[in-house]
Amino acid sequence: MPFDGFMYPNEVELQWSVLIVLYPFLTGLVAGAFILASLERVFLVEAVKPTYRLALLTALAFLLVSPLPLQLHLGHPERSLEMYLTPHRSSAMAMFGFVYLWYLMAVLVVEIWLDYRKDIVLMMQSSTGLKKWIYGVMTLGSKNISEHALKVDSRVGWAITLIGIPSAFLLHGYVGFIFGSVKANPWWSSPLMPVVFIFSAMVSGIAAVMLLYMFVTKYRGKEIDMRCVDTIARYLLYTFVIDFSLEMLDLVHRIYEADESFRSLDFMVHTRLYLSQVVIQIIAGTVIPILLLALTQVLPLNAIVRKRIYALSGALTLMGIFAMRWNVVIGGQLFSKSFLGYTTYKMGFVAREGLLTAIFLTLLPLGILWVLVKLLPPWSEKDAAAIPSSLSGQQAD
Amino acid sequence: MSAFKDTGHLVRLAMAFVVGTLLFFVARGFLVPKSFGQYGHYRGAALGEIAAQPISYGGHEVCETCHSDILDVKKAGRHAHVACESCHGPQAKHTEDPGSVVPAKLDTAVLCVRCHEANHSKPMDFPQVHSAEHSSGLKCDTCHQPHTPRIEAKGKK
Amino acid sequence: MNVSRRKLLVLLPAAAVAWEHVLAGTPENSPNYKETEHWWGMLLDITKCIGCGSCVRACQLENHVPDGYFRTWVERYVVRDWGFEHISVDSPEGGKNGFPAVTGEMGKSFFVPKMCNQCADSPCTQVCPVGATFVSPDGVVLVDKKYCLGCRYCIQACPYGCRFLNPDTNTAEKCSLCYHRITKGLTTACCESCPTGARQLADLKNPADPVHEFLKTHSVQVLKPHLATGAKAFYNGLDGSVR
Repeated sequence: MPFDGFMYPNEVELQWSVLIVLYPFLTGLVAGAFILASLERVFLVEAVKPTYRLALLTALAFLLVSPLPLQLHLGHPERSLEMYLTPHRSSAMAMFGFVYLWYLMAVLVVEIWLDYRKDIVLMMQSSTGLKKWIYGVMTLGSKNISEHALKVDSRVGWAITLIGIPSAFLLHGYVGFIFGSVKANPWWSSPLMPVVFIFSAMVSGIAAVMLLYMFVTKYRGKEIDMRCVDTIARYLLYTFVIDFSLEMLDLVHRIYEADESFRSLDFMVHTRLYLSQVVIQIIAGTVIPILLLALTQVLPLNAIVRKRIYALSGALTLMGIFAMRWNVVIGGQLFSKSFLGYTTYKMGFVAREGLLTAIFLTLLPLGILWVLVKLLPPWSEKDAAAIPSSLSGQQAD
Repeated sequence: MSAFKDTGHLVRLAMAFVVGTLLFFVARGFLVPKSFGQYGHYRGAALGEIAAQPISYGGHEVCETCHSDILDVKKAGRHAHVACESCHGPQAKHTEDPGSVVPAKLDTAVLCVRCHEANHSKPMDFPQVHSAEHSSGLKCDTCHQPHTPRIEAKGKK
Repeated sequence: MNVSRRKLLVLLPAAAVAWEHVLAGTPENSPNYKETEHWWGMLLDITKCIGCGSCVRACQLENHVPDGYFRTWVERYVVRDWGFEHISVDSPEGGKNGFPAVTGEMGKSFFVPKMCNQCADSPCTQVCPVGATFVSPDGVVLVDKKYCLGCRYCIQACPYGCRFLNPDTNTAEKCSLCYHRITKGLTTACCESCPTGARQLADLKNPADPVHEFLKTHSVQVLKPHLATGAKAFYNGLDGSVR
């Protein structure tokens, strides 16, 4: 039998697949990358400036890919426009469609446009053919890059970022609410869910931008700005501690109250979900990165060691946050709502909702990011020259 | 006011948004089904479409129109409250064309035990037997008449 | 065909009106059926259910339910001890072909038919992003399979496990309380074929409906009352161990 114990007959087959695990992971990276960018813009944490544009482009790349796992999952993707035509206001999923649209168009695209406008106009003037046309469209027909115009852009951009922060929280908090508001499922139903999703999103986004920055800088043959990554790592640690505390709160609360679902869920975590929850998410994906990052704060370690720790922690973090999404989505469907049985998730490989598709959709944003970085370079040669490599190396020690 | 100088590009951006929104509402007027919202947040026409699904079970009331003789027998017996199609299966097609659509003959060896095979989970007051012991392998209709199954005297059919 | 200009002037507006009518859709229920006069529910009597599976088979035939999926099913409970902790539940093929005899130590054992509870405060309707599932004016929770996206959110939101995704239509599906039958004055397929009267359709707005009297004189329960779904599938003789 594909299941153990008793399950309602319609429950044996899982409804939401690995693609629905991927979706909150991708939107989480978006929200987190944006929060990191806003650290510089709004909170004037100048140290992370080198990652500002990269963070925005990363957010855009992942946001553009986010709807794809959903489309591939739908029984009738051709009807998906209905969510915008006749949205059911009581449905978190429907309202999320508008939050997504708002965030993409009114926040992210506008902020990127405003920050890059001067470069876009200059690049239009200096390029030819198709590229010239693309940049031309992006200027919206305006070539005004006077001192005053740019000052206006900066002011408006600041306001957009300010609105963008709660918008980013709303973006991923809503995803958390989509799960957290389902009273039928005790693994999901919790007021903590949106908060946990927001903080884990921030953790994953910050880690992703940190890793991308380190990788891209190395790839460009430039020196990594240690003051920048040290600051990012510090914010990653703080956010991670909050995220971990929230998840532990949920756990402790469940164990203490031990309601009717507890025994079944407890058994599930100790058996079916042990590897992905305890080993991958908690130990390897949360505790170890926190300890490693804490080490860099209390011990005087040289730049090379710190970079290695950041890279390792970043990678473990991303794995841990993906595991968290897996444990929420898949875990929530492995047990019966009768609390008497368990089923198994049979993930296909080369299938519409299979592993290969999930891997492709994870790599696709990186491909899009590559295109975006080529089209809208985050750094000019001038910026790199401002921090001579020898000097940044000395600062770290 | 000098604050509005050099904002031409922002005005263009705003216009792009306004135009986009207007286009969306125009498209919406064409794309949303006409009956949507008639009774609530759904396509009103769906009620009619769902109600128009063809039926498979005719319902016991229709049987009486032609088979009143059998029904008179059944009404007096222990199966009075068992609907005809409960044993005979869906017969709506038969009621529409009684001549050509003839219900299949039922096999009592399979049919009766579905309800009457003894099972601890069944209510105690429900008539149930261990069929192997009860009839020594004989089919149920050897002794019982399904329309009035109680055996009053030996050999009654 | 030669259509004169005058004829066209008359025909076109008429066609336009007719087209509007077609687009709006006209329910084809029995001509006297008014949705607002009914509020449908179901009475399920545990003391009468014999687990024969007739209802499951009838529903599958009436509604063309694909194999392996269930709009209704029957569960068997075996409560071996005094508490509600030591229970065994099974539902072989949804109870479609009855149940094999239980072996071993027996306690109390009984059958529980399950179906869509036609919730008045339906959580599945609440989460549908587009309005493809809804509560009809006569209290039946229905799915518009021409509008459903197949996102499966409603299936997640149902506490009773009564929904599934139909692999042929790729839309969500569940018990429709045989809406196509009850609007014509017939009863549901499951009630029709139930030999013991364990399942009875109830019109809660009709004072002459015998279930009214039954509900007033017997102890009845709904499943998972703590979730406040406004379930309208009432169980008589429901044991506390039933999930």
